[in-house]
Amino acid sequence: MLGIIIGVTTVIAILSLIEGLNRTVAEQVKSIGSDLIFLQKFSWVSTGHRDLDKLAGRPDLLPDDAEAITKLSSVEIAIPQTSRQLQILKYKDNEVSNSSVAGSDENYAWVNNYIVESGRDFSRDDVLHRRAVGIIGSYIATNLFPDETAVGKDLHLNGHRIKIIGVFKEKGTFLGNSLDDFILIPYTVFEKFFPRPRGTLWSRVYGGYSIGIKAKDGMKIEETTDQVRELMRRRHGLGFDKEDDFELNTQQILMDLYQSITNVGFIAIVAIAAISLVVGGIGIMNIMLVSVAERTREIGIRKAVGASNNNILAQFLIESIVLALVGGLIGIVFGMLLAWLISAVSPLKASVSFWMILLGFGFSASVGIFFGIYPARRAASLNPIEALRYE
Amino acid sequence: MKKKTDIICRAVDVKKTYWRGKVAVEALRGVSFDIKRNAYISIMGPSGSGKSTLVHILSCLDTPTSGEYYLENALVSKYSDEELAKVRNIFFGFIFQSFSLLPRLSALDNVALPLIYRSISKHERIAKAKEIIENVGLADRMLHRPNELSGGECQRVAIARALVNDPKVIFADEPTGNLDSKTGAEIMEIFDHLVDEGNTVVMVTHDVNVAAHARRTVKLKDGLIAND
Repeated sequence: MLGIIIGVTTVIAILSLIEGLNRTVAEQVKSIGSDLIFLQKFSWVSTGHRDLDKLAGRPDLLPDDAEAITKLSSVEIAIPQTSRQLQILKYKDNEVSNSSVAGSDENYAWVNNYIVESGRDFSRDDVLHRRAVGIIGSYIATNLFPDETAVGKDLHLNGHRIKIIGVFKEKGTFLGNSLDDFILIPYTVFEKFFPRPRGTLWSRVYGGYSIGIKAKDGMKIEETTDQVRELMRRRHGLGFDKEDDFELNTQQILMDLYQSITNVGFIAIVAIAAISLVVGGIGIMNIMLVSVAERTREIGIRKAVGASNNNILAQFLIESIVLALVGGLIGIVFGMLLAWLISAVSPLKASVSFWMILLGFGFSASVGIFFGIYPARRAASLNPIEALRYE
Repeated sequence: MKKKTDIICRAVDVKKTYWRGKVAVEALRGVSFDIKRNAYISIMGPSGSGKSTLVHILSCLDTPTSGEYYLENALVSKYSDEELAKVRNIFFGFIFQSFSLLPRLSALDNVALPLIYRSISKHERIAKAKEIIENVGLADRMLHRPNELSGGECQRVAIARALVNDPKVIFADEPTGNLDSKTGAEIMEIFDHLVDEGNTVVMVTHDVNVAAHARRTVKLKDGLIAND
């Protein structure tokens, strides 16, 4: 019984946590946008050791590349984007730390699903004329300007003055990171204010531009990816025998990675559950064998007054199923409690669905049948005369 | 009292051999035996004479090694286990020396037990069991469990259980064996009464006084009928 309780508890708790995690991750990853491709020097997922030297040697990706990619038939738009961490951002007595500054063009907001809530978005002119203007995320707006409107104020970034022209609507978090904790400025301004520190490997790999590419509506993402790959190989002059010197990242590769991780987890639970259910099943078989032995006389009496072998078989089988189901029910309750407890004290979210409860019942019922059949058959096959004599 | 002569059970040259390890025990060595309607039979004999084996075969708890056993002209000695269970349920009532009640069921549920195996609705089962248990004088005790009842009361519950199916034959194995003589006498009165009502009773006993109630006494010795 304990084995069944533990088995079902584990299954329900872990399945509901995985399910909750699946939903969160799927939501988060979808928030990147299923039609977005990121052209970068590095891959989001890498197998094994990442060879930074090799990555650093790759050619930089440039705003010109974005322009060329935009012209492709399967591409809606491509934008250059880059960012830098800021130590501290102050306004009067208020300050925020660890915000970032992003540089891009006037299409950044709609490509990345940001909405300008107050003020205005960039214009093409702002970018071309290197105007020192910026749009801030809602996190910065509420923390630096709690009591006043942010639009129209000046901020100092690394000693450069930036005029706030707009505020983005709140977008929430992605894998635990705030998406509203940044200031967006034209990339032309970014290049002037935040020149790239040359030399460090890290900066050469991660410090430059990524190109955000939005595929045309109704276009298969693979098709767009192929077109971009072909174009970039041509632009970098790669022969057919050379491998790509850039990476094309999509939300799909994140999902694939996540799936492969949870699949391993899933197999692990199935194994744990299977073992404890077998242990529980043997326990039930034991209980039932004892019960059959103790009730030999009862079986004799029942047979004498007309119970057939099948009657006796059914009686003991039902008993073992009920036993297993009670264990399963307790396990389901414990599992749900455990999942609830974990999601209460940790950022993991649990989501119990109906099919898990059915699965829990299904598991325990089959254990009851499988391990109950032997004791029940033994009871059914007792000779009535010997059973009656049994004391 | 009208006398019926039709035969319910007929055993013809029944033999039964047990194997105790490698030793064959011939419990019955060719017994022919009839039970007529409304008979009142006691079977006597020393231990090992085969009287229990005979009753087991007559009551379809066991099958003969050879010979034939007919129940209302049907050859039941070749029936399967399932068919024999059904025959026991419909034809016979059983009363055992040690009462053999299910300890976890109330007197009423014990009486209703045989009816469970006949697909009778719960409502009807309870109604029928109540009627019978009132007839044996235990109306006020029917919700008690066997361990709350005296020996005589337990045996009356057992009798009620044997009667609940309207059996053709009631088999009793040492019905007074575990009772004091006064209670035993009361139980025997019930048996006498049952026979007066037209029932058929076959009992196994050691006790000559008990056997004296019967109209026919069969004595077994060494697996054969010695005296009928």
